[in-house]
Parts: sequence; C-alpha cells; structure tokens
Amino acid sequence: MDTTSATLNIRRSPNQTFVLYLKEMKYEFLKNLRIPRYSASVIILPLMFYVLFGLFMGRQTIGNTSTAAYLIATYGTFGVLGASLFGTAASLASERGLGWIQVKKASPMPPFAYFVAKFFMGIMFSFIVVSLLLVLGVAFGGVRMPLQNMIQLVGTLVAGSVPFCAMGLAIGYFMGPNSAPAVINLIYLPLSFASGLWVPFQFLPKVVKQIALYLPPYHLAQLALRIIGFNGNETNWTHWKVLIGFTLLCLGVARFGFQKDEEKMYG
Amino acid sequence: MSAAQTVSIPIEEQHGAKGMVVASLRGVTKRYDDVYALNNVNLNVHSGELLALLGPNGAGKTTAIKLLLGLAKPTSGTVRVFGGDPLDPATRLRIGAMLQVAKVPETLRVREHIDLFSSYYVNPLPREETLALGGIADIQDRKFGDLSGGQKQRVLFALALCGDPDVIFLDEPTVGLDVEARRILWQEIRKLVARGKTILLTTHYLQEADELADRVVVINKGNVIAEGTPAEIKSKTGGKKIRCITRLDTNVVRGYPGVLDVRQDREAMEIQASDAESVVRELLNHDVHLSGLEVSSAGLEDAFIALTHEDNNLAGARR
Repeated sequence: MDTTSATLNIRRSPNQTFVLYLKEMKYEFLKNLRIPRYSASVIILPLMFYVLFGLFMGRQTIGNTSTAAYLIATYGTFGVLGASLFGTAASLASERGLGWIQVKKASPMPPFAYFVAKFFMGIMFSFIVVSLLLVLGVAFGGVRMPLQNMIQLVGTLVAGSVPFCAMGLAIGYFMGPNSAPAVINLIYLPLSFASGLWVPFQFLPKVVKQIALYLPPYHLAQLALRIIGFNGNETNWTHWKVLIGFTLLCLGVARFGFQKDEEKMYG
Repeated sequence: MSAAQTVSIPIEEQHGAKGMVVASLRGVTKRYDDVYALNNVNLNVHSGELLALLGPNGAGKTTAIKLLLGLAKPTSGTVRVFGGDPLDPATRLRIGAMLQVAKVPETLRVREHIDLFSSYYVNPLPREETLALGGIADIQDRKFGDLSGGQKQRVLFALALCGDPDVIFLDEPTVGLDVEARRILWQEIRKLVARGKTILLTTHYLQEADELADRVVVINKGNVIAEGTPAEIKSKTGGKKIRCITRLDTNVVRGYPGVLDVRQDREAMEIQASDAESVVRELLNHDVHLSGLEVSSAGLEDAFIALTHEDNNLAGARR
C-alpha cells in the first residue's frame, strides 16, 4: 500500500480540531436541552420561585434594594448552581456507569473535549436562566439598572457556573448512575438554603449565617448583589478567592476520580 | 515480560500491507484480582482479514478487545496496533470500535451521533456513505432512544465505521438481535470486508463466525483452544454425532478412545466423537442390546460445544 507512509502520520488539522470541539459542545448542549427532566427543572424552578417571591411580593425592599432586583442575584445564583451541578454530575455519572464513556474513550476524541463540552453546557444553561430572570425582573418587577450593570450581573453569575461545573464533575466521578440525581438534590437544596439563596442572608438564623460564610454559592450571590447595589461585609476579592480556591479543589477531586477510573480499567 | 516489550517491530507490521499483522496480543495475561480473563494469549490480526474471536460468555473476548483498544492494560505481555501502543492518539485515528454499551445518549438523532463521531477522524466517510453502509439512511432523523434493538446496533456499527478506519473491532455486534436483524448486520459487515477493511469480531455464535470469518480463534476461560479457518475448526472437532439407546453408563462411555463428550438426552445417549467408527465398535462390544443407533455429522454448535467441553475436561484433569 502506497498510502501507508502518509496514513502513519495522520493528524487533525487545527481547523478540524476546532470543529471537533464545537460539535462536542453543541451536541452536549442539545443532548441535555432535549431531556425535559433536566432542562425544565433547572430553568423553570428558579423562574417559578422568582415569579412567586420576586414579582408577586416584590414591592418591598431589602436594605435599599428592591426585592425584585435582590432576588435576581440570589435566584440567579440558585439557577446557576442547579444548571451546573445537574448538567455535569448527572450526565457524567450516567455515562461512566453505563458504558458510553468507554465508547468515547475508544474513539479518537481528545479527552479534554469531553470536559470542555460539559463546562460549556453548564455555562449555557446558566446563561439562559440568568437572562430569563433579568428579563422577568425588568419587564414585570420594575427592575431598573444601567445596561453596563446588567452585563456585569449576567457575566458574573455565568462565570460563577465554572466552580459548580467543577463540583459537578467531582461528584459525578464518585456516584453511580442511579444515585447521582438523588445525591445532587441532597446537596443542592440545603446548600442553596444555607447560602441565603431562598431566604435573604440577613433573615437567616444566626448559626446558618456562620455556615454560609464557608459556602461557595453564598460568595457568588454576594458578588452579584454588590452589582445591584447591595453591599455585604466582605470584599469582592475575598469572594473571588473562595470561588477560585473551591474550583481548584473540585478539579483536584475530579482528577483523582478520573485517575481512579483509569486504574480500575487498567488494574 | 520486559523482554517481550523490547521486541523490535518488523517494518511490515507498521505498514499494514495486505496479509501483514496489524494488531496483536503477544503472551498477554490479564488478571482481575484472582480471575484470569486472559492467560498467556497470542493473537494476530492480519491486514484485510476478518478474524472471529469465538468463545462462550466469560471466555475473555471482550477483555481482548478492550486491550486492543487501550481501554485496559495487560497484566503482562505486549499489545500492539499498527506496531505501536493502542493508547497513541494517532493509532486511534485509524481504528473504529463497536462496544457493548448499556446506554447511549438517547436524545440525539442518528445523524447527529454520526456527525459528532465523524468529526473525531481526519478523513471520515461522507455522511451519506456512512448512513448507506450502516443501512440507517431511513432512520437518520430519529432519536436514538426511539430506535429498535436492531436499529440501535446498526447505529453503533455505523459509529465504528464512519471515520473510514483501517481496522474495526466489533464486540458481539449481533448479541440480542433476532434472526432477521442479525442477517442484515452480517450483510453490512460483508460490505466492509469487500472494502478491504481489517475486522476483528467477537461472537459466541459459531454460525456467525462460520458465515463471516476468514479465520477463527476459539477461546475458552482465557485460553486459546483452537485456531484456523472455519472449515478447519469444524474438522478438528471430529464432526460426528452418535445417538443410541444403551444401558451403558455415560462415565464409562466418556472413557472410550475417540469420545469428546457424552450426554444423556431423554432415553438416548448422545456422543460427540472424533473417531466415530471405533466408538461404535466399542459400544456394540459392550452392549449387545444397544438399539436405535444413529451416526450423523455434528452440527456447528455441537462442534463448538465439543471444543469447549474438551478444554474444560482437560482443565479439570490438570487440577
């Protein structure tokens, strides 16, 4: 065969690699968008909470901020947390447990593309949830703020998806396909409450307030709240440090899980 | 085993010219805890052939495929694909695989799955060609979760070939399919052979190996117990079945020379024999009342059963 010397050194062109990553991201997003159990719950739940508590009861103020604006930040964080955690952890646990990841690994897919796609999906769903909350707030909640602040708010919350996607991967590596959704709910709901995402932080019981300081969603919510003019006790830098540190910790755990899986296969 | 790893690779093996070894296991042992999934196995897949790895469930077939795909590492021995490590990304670009998988993402459409997997390869087939080869053009807009079992298998098969790879590994491609669906998939596999692809397929249906394979390697309990063309495998197993009604004890008959296996089937005794004439002579000498004697060519399944039983008996004797 005369073609062998050529095929021996076959390699993807940069353009092919780019298209590969785009497709991996696109289909990861589509795949989850078409699962109503996932897409509906992670998008509709925060919106429903917001309509009930932010719009119907939103003519009061919290500090000097309208409730309708305040709750965009906290339910936005809640939405980001749900979209990121469920998207990554549930799909990873299922694909690991039921063999699909083996098919992917046997294919020439670069493993990195698989993880990039999971992050992309979490970020996209976060963007959708936060954008819809903002639209609802502006249209029906009388929320007014400069465009720059809106962009900053959406940008901050969507960036806040990254630590929770990392957390989702870490969880997904240690859960079976059937137990994953239940375990995520057990983490997600108490975590949201204790971080002041449902009940504003200042109305939380004292003990919970102290716990909140250690919870990453609390710090993301505080970053978002500052943009709409509600200042907490810590500096932004403190919040970012916690979120970055948490991301690194979760990536470390996920990496450990990845290696554990590899060794199980290679053992 | 370090000696095996330093073996230099013949140049023809790297190039995969017709008939040359393109994938191999050399002295490969794979142990999971105390269980030997493969025990010192040698296997060569030659360019352009369809090699069937035949064995009962749990024989080590899937383990062999996983080793060749780099999804598992051997406990000892060497695994080579195109003369290199199966983990090498460049190697993977020339390989397609169909694995047994419990769940495939169900909300993506058939053509979307194909589109994604095609993008992993450098020179994939045009989508229409992949759909035609897999026989799935008519279901390309359906979501995977809405397909029947046979259609699902054909989509997984299409994912294995969409990148136009040189070597294709098919792990039990027709398991769980009805006769009709199995025949359709066999036709698709023959099309690939006609295109000059190298194929390693595992199966526990001897008929499947017989229909498709150029060469068959029979494994049982992690050991290679026979190797050859389908015809050679069949002749190796003696190919005669003796059926008679006799008062002789099965254990006694099992001891006669030329007997491969004996079992009681309702009122009659069924004997797999490599040398039917001498066995019949023995039977008649020992039981004058023997009746209902029939001698026939062993079916394919009988041959396979005989081979694996023989191996099991030997293993028992060794213990």
